[in-house]
Amino acid sequence: MTSYLLRRSAFLLVSFVIAMMAIFVLLRLLPGDPSNALLSVTATPEQIAAAQAQVGADRPVLEQFLAWFAQLTRFDLGESFISSLPVWPEIAARLTVTVPLTLMAFALALVISLVAGVVAAIKADRWYGILISAISQLGVAVPVFWVGILMVSVFSVGLRWLPSSGFPRDDWADPADALRSLTLPVITVALVMSASLTRYVRSATLDVVGSDYLRSARAQGSGYTEALWRHGLRNGAVPVISILGIELATTFLGAVVVESVFGLPGLGSMLLKAIEQHDYPNIQGVLFVSTLVVLVIGFLADVAQRLIDPRLRVSISGNR
Amino acid sequence: MSAVVSALAVVAPARRRSWTLVAGLVLVGAVVLVAVISLVWLPYAPADTTGTRLEGPSLAHWIGTDKLGRDLATQLMSGARIALLVGLSSVAVGAVIGITVGLVAAFAESWLDDSISAALDVVIAFPVLLLAMLIVAAQGASLGSVIVAIGLAMSAVVARLTRVLTKRVLGEQYVTAARTSGTRWPGIVARHILPNIWPTLSVNLALQFGVAVLAEASLSYLGLGAPPPNASWGRLLQEAQGTVVTAPLGAIAPGIALIMLVIGVNFIADGLRDVADPARKGRR
Repeated sequence: MTSYLLRRSAFLLVSFVIAMMAIFVLLRLLPGDPSNALLSVTATPEQIAAAQAQVGADRPVLEQFLAWFAQLTRFDLGESFISSLPVWPEIAARLTVTVPLTLMAFALALVISLVAGVVAAIKADRWYGILISAISQLGVAVPVFWVGILMVSVFSVGLRWLPSSGFPRDDWADPADALRSLTLPVITVALVMSASLTRYVRSATLDVVGSDYLRSARAQGSGYTEALWRHGLRNGAVPVISILGIELATTFLGAVVVESVFGLPGLGSMLLKAIEQHDYPNIQGVLFVSTLVVLVIGFLADVAQRLIDPRLRVSISGNR
Repeated sequence: MSAVVSALAVVAPARRRSWTLVAGLVLVGAVVLVAVISLVWLPYAPADTTGTRLEGPSLAHWIGTDKLGRDLATQLMSGARIALLVGLSSVAVGAVIGITVGLVAAFAESWLDDSISAALDVVIAFPVLLLAMLIVAAQGASLGSVIVAIGLAMSAVVARLTRVLTKRVLGEQYVTAARTSGTRWPGIVARHILPNIWPTLSVNLALQFGVAVLAEASLSYLGLGAPPPNASWGRLLQEAQGTVVTAPLGAIAPGIALIMLVIGVNFIADGLRDVADPARKGRR
């Protein structure tokens, strides 16, 4: 297990460096110069040169990357081209919206999908089992922003229960106020996420229920519920965990859409604005944090799988 | 409708005909039909703003008008065109790149195979939408960059699946026999690999079509999609969001159209899977 952890950590590190390089090069090789963000359309050649020197665009791409990477190791993400404010504090502030949103939505989706998925599998012949399967089938085709729009029209504009958009100006100074702003976004994301999760939980449960080991356990006198808990949970959890990792990462990055619907000042809306303004330091900063989060989640999911299922530990390759 | 039925007869042998395939073909067929009609006839010109603003449904405007007085049915019909075009083209881009990379990885020396697989794992960890946003950010928003962006982002998933399936076929004895008898790799790919991996691959490509349609709608909703006058369903939703209470149909209709198309292709994928592998029938 120790050698696996070492290998998997090395893989995490290497893939992170490569991902950062890819993002950096992708943004610079494609048409458009980072200095454009600073200039008006009537800029003189001297102004253009000055702007390029200011953002470092006059140097070779490799040199720019090394300079940026050296900054990164000190957790310094540079300064925005547009506002000249340091990037990191801005990201940190926005994470206080996106992280609670992601985690609460994920927790809610997990509860919904575990209950719904297991019920749909065990009671596959009852009307409610079939209904759950049908709803989850329908749910994966529903765009998250559409659910958001309908939520706003019913619960904010129609019933006036909750705010339709925005976040308190003083952030979490009044937690109840902040939570009220996050309620609809959390429910929206959780509903859409639990549709696809329910399908995986249902399918994993069906595999468990139809398995030989469960039948053997029952033949040896174990009760149905006991057999499910003792043998089923651990076996069924393995495939679900890798999906959970992907779903958690998707929710974190997918927050851009739901933040846009509800006007939340999160990481996603920061990225959207940075893209519109060609603000390269902000784009790179958001992608740095997102990539880190996504790769660490993948790492944790892989390690968790191996802790649960000893059979996986003999597999040689560092990645699945 | 008869076209749908005859298509069904080709795809599904009578013995294994599955209701999901029928339902999927009906739903997708309806969207295709609307898109085809929109090529030759639209109720109004797409830019025609002569209608009363935010009018309810009437004989003149079947599902009402938007806040600029444009006919919503017209917008919705031309939106079907965009959705199908982006879905098909990005799946084509994703399939060509993904299958090529997957085959290369499966045939390559182990160090190259490992590097490609590791790179694919990293790319797959990112949602299609974020990768597409990045590419659109660098390229500028246009129909072409949306298609390339979604296609590229999806190609990693296709590549990984192709690699796994190809490896499995390469381990079969008939491939060893073909190699021993002197068949070169292009022959092996064309005669043994592609026909054997296609049933599973096509199911995945159908699912990717749905992912692409949703990604396009999301990009357009965020303002990063094909610019006007392309009437994307995502942009219609974005425009209708502010007036959802006075004119709910404007927000409801494009959403339902999107769901119809995506669930339709998902049903087709399920149906194809049941046909390809009857043992899995009823499991999804």
